[in-house]
Amino acid sequence: MNRQDRTPLLIVASLVLLLGLGLLFPNWQFLGTLAIGKGLTVLGLLLLLRTGLVSFGQGLYYCLGAYAAGTLSQFTGVTDVLVLLLTAAAASGVAAVILGILLAAYRGIFFSMLSLALSMILYGLLVKTAALGSTDGFNLAVPTLLGLPLASYESRYPLFSLACVVAALAALAMHYYFRTPLGRLSPAIRDNEIRVEYLGASVRAAVHVKYTIAGVLAGIGGALTGLTVGHIDPEMAYWTTSGEFVFVAILSGTGSVAAPFLGSFIFELVRTFAYEYSPNSWQLALGTVMLLIIVFLPAGLWSLMQRRRA
Amino acid sequence: MSALLAVAIDGVIYASWLFIIAVGLTLIYGVMKILNIAHGSLYALGAYAAASLGGFWFSQGYAPLGSYAALVLAAVLVGLVIGPLIERGLLRFMYGRDEIILLLVTYAVFLILEDAIKLLWGVDPYIIAEPYGLLGIVEFANLIYPTYSFVLILVSVAAGLLLTWALHRTRHGKLLAAVIHDREVSQAMGINVRSYYLATFTAGAMLAALGGALTAPTVSVVPGMGVEVIVLAFAVVVIGGLGSLPGAALGALIVGLLRAAAVHYAPALELFSIYLVMALVLAFRPQGLFAGEQVRSI
Amino acid sequence: MTHLLEAKGLNKRFGAVTAAADISVAVAQDSVIGLIGTNGAGKTTFVNMVTGYLKPDTGRIFFQGRDITALHPRQVTRLGICRSFQIPQLYNSLSAYDNLIVALGIVLRNAKPGVFSRVPRLVPGHELPLHEAAEAMLERFGLGEFRDKLAGVLPEGIRKLLDIAMALAVKPRVLLLDEPTSGVSSEEKFEIMDRVMTAVRAEGATVLFVEHDMDIVSRYANRVLAFYDGRILADGAPEAVLADPEVREYVIGAHAQPKEVSHA
Repeated sequence: MNRQDRTPLLIVASLVLLLGLGLLFPNWQFLGTLAIGKGLTVLGLLLLLRTGLVSFGQGLYYCLGAYAAGTLSQFTGVTDVLVLLLTAAAASGVAAVILGILLAAYRGIFFSMLSLALSMILYGLLVKTAALGSTDGFNLAVPTLLGLPLASYESRYPLFSLACVVAALAALAMHYYFRTPLGRLSPAIRDNEIRVEYLGASVRAAVHVKYTIAGVLAGIGGALTGLTVGHIDPEMAYWTTSGEFVFVAILSGTGSVAAPFLGSFIFELVRTFAYEYSPNSWQLALGTVMLLIIVFLPAGLWSLMQRRRA
Repeated sequence: MSALLAVAIDGVIYASWLFIIAVGLTLIYGVMKILNIAHGSLYALGAYAAASLGGFWFSQGYAPLGSYAALVLAAVLVGLVIGPLIERGLLRFMYGRDEIILLLVTYAVFLILEDAIKLLWGVDPYIIAEPYGLLGIVEFANLIYPTYSFVLILVSVAAGLLLTWALHRTRHGKLLAAVIHDREVSQAMGINVRSYYLATFTAGAMLAALGGALTAPTVSVVPGMGVEVIVLAFAVVVIGGLGSLPGAALGALIVGLLRAAAVHYAPALELFSIYLVMALVLAFRPQGLFAGEQVRSI
Repeated sequence: MTHLLEAKGLNKRFGAVTAAADISVAVAQDSVIGLIGTNGAGKTTFVNMVTGYLKPDTGRIFFQGRDITALHPRQVTRLGICRSFQIPQLYNSLSAYDNLIVALGIVLRNAKPGVFSRVPRLVPGHELPLHEAAEAMLERFGLGEFRDKLAGVLPEGIRKLLDIAMALAVKPRVLLLDEPTSGVSSEEKFEIMDRVMTAVRAEGATVLFVEHDMDIVSRYANRVLAFYDGRILADGAPEAVLADPEVREYVIGAHAQPKEVSHA
């Protein structure tokens, strides 16, 4: 095993690189910020995948975080980005802790189904809530930091930079998390839950913690996305959104904490171009790529396949 | 009083529609242990095929009542063509893999088929309304319903009875029960499990397509039809119990009545209530209302 | 005198099968006890009850004076009773080294109660004790050369050793080994048991092991419990128990040494 842990260095280097690239290619700032927002959600999925769980409902927290930040911004006029992101994290965190009590007892298809059902409940609620714009959702004001707007007609760079920093912090946090005893339990739970219990650790408690972490990441990601796009709607909680996150997670693989961001960026890139040139076949391309990965690159799904059958 | 009756009838109509779609889904899961997300696009394919075939039928000036045969034929064709294509061409290489992997495979197929539909039929809506109004209306107790809706109920019940008979009374049905119970042992005993898988998936595909075909006259056939349907079907089979035929019927009834009640009394709760019940069932009786398999972990 | 581990009047039935009939055993510190008996005699049921996997219908189990009868396996492990498995329960996608790191990590977490012990320190090298302990464990069990190999592809004897090493990593007071040499070739059996017993003695644990091989039993145990039909047929020094006529008839087989019956 490589004792030299270079990953933190790589993460910081990537951050610097991204900040530089953002300056050089201002047209990519929007896409980059979007990719980071979704990448954060996929990072949470990575944690769950490493634990052997596939959530088809991360859209719940993605949407919840966005709406938490959005309602705060819309109805109280608070626009400080740190306050908004913290609110999003808190809202999804609390929701994940509560819902995790239930979900932590499930595995396999039933975990996926239940997570999907829960996200659809939020969707159903939001769609009929006129105060929040029903299916249309509502717009978000430009976020600020220390009173200064982070995005304007001239530049989106401040918001982009903030997103990069958040992403780097999240990646670092997760990197170190996987080196803690609790973090190390993820692949152990995936491989052999019984052994984990017989070594004296509670699988259910561990899963609960991981589910919460994934929820918080998705919440921050959703808020960031919403603030970047300037608009949020219930579609964020729809099952197809969650499905997209799963797809990106599969595409990225679970090998590295940086992978979700790269995968997310590639996904957004492809989606933008594919949609422009052939709006009626980009899903086909997506589905085909997914199949190819599943069939030919099982290493991408390696962590899923290691799950011990009950 | 008539409001309650309206809810009941609306509920049953909706339930019949749901049952046709969900029963195929639950059957496929019960036999093959695959949660088929592509079921939604098979539904959509059935609708589009029905719109095309039905449109052709009417354009040729054939007897209008025969259009129903065209609808059913469309569904059967979709099932017979796409079903084996998916099962033989893709799924059979995946058997034995984790349930989640198979779920992702069917999700990929769903994405592919959604676009295949757009490429084949374009994005404009198709209307094939004639069969809907052809049979006139039924009137009673101050309520008016198109007769078509009751035909839907009949078809649904017939499908349910046919499947139940096939599973319990025929030799093939009993062998299928053996395959459901234990695939390996069945194989060891000489049952050609592969062909049962093919037959089951094809039948399921046909049923999904039938659901779509029968829906076509009642809506605008548009891309993305399958997206909402599939989660509703999930809700139905989860509530009823994955793999259970009577469960699909009960689940469909519950979801149907719940939705009808919501539409009449509390429209804001329509979607929310269905998924809430799905979540509640998963929380308190994960195997569904009809006994199934052990689903919780330690 | 409080025994380290004590079972009093354990009874367990599964329908018509009596898996345990009035089992009472007192285990003293530092004993090495062999549990013998034919399949279904109740040895594994006994192990399962002690480790909390099964609850006896009646009877109690005490560990260091504390009633552990109703505890969950996780809690039993935390108190100091750990087991290995007949079919090795490993994390197949992780290396041997990582398997031990996981086990040691769990111990580390459980050993230091309090919220702040859970917060990882970002000081470089904060994990050193963990890594050192894992290396030491690998050495002690002779698994050094398999350090980076995935547990899933290791030979059966090595998997067995790793399984036991993980159980020992928890630093239990009592270690229960479920057929430690089953599925292992005859040449390797003694090698494995030698390593295991040396490591166990170094850790100062009390051992109970289920075995079908009487050679292993007579060589390593200083006390033998013979099970039959849910009852303890004989309890004493190995020579005495193995020579006991009832034991010879019902457990060992009056005519021949029992062949290895369990497979990985």
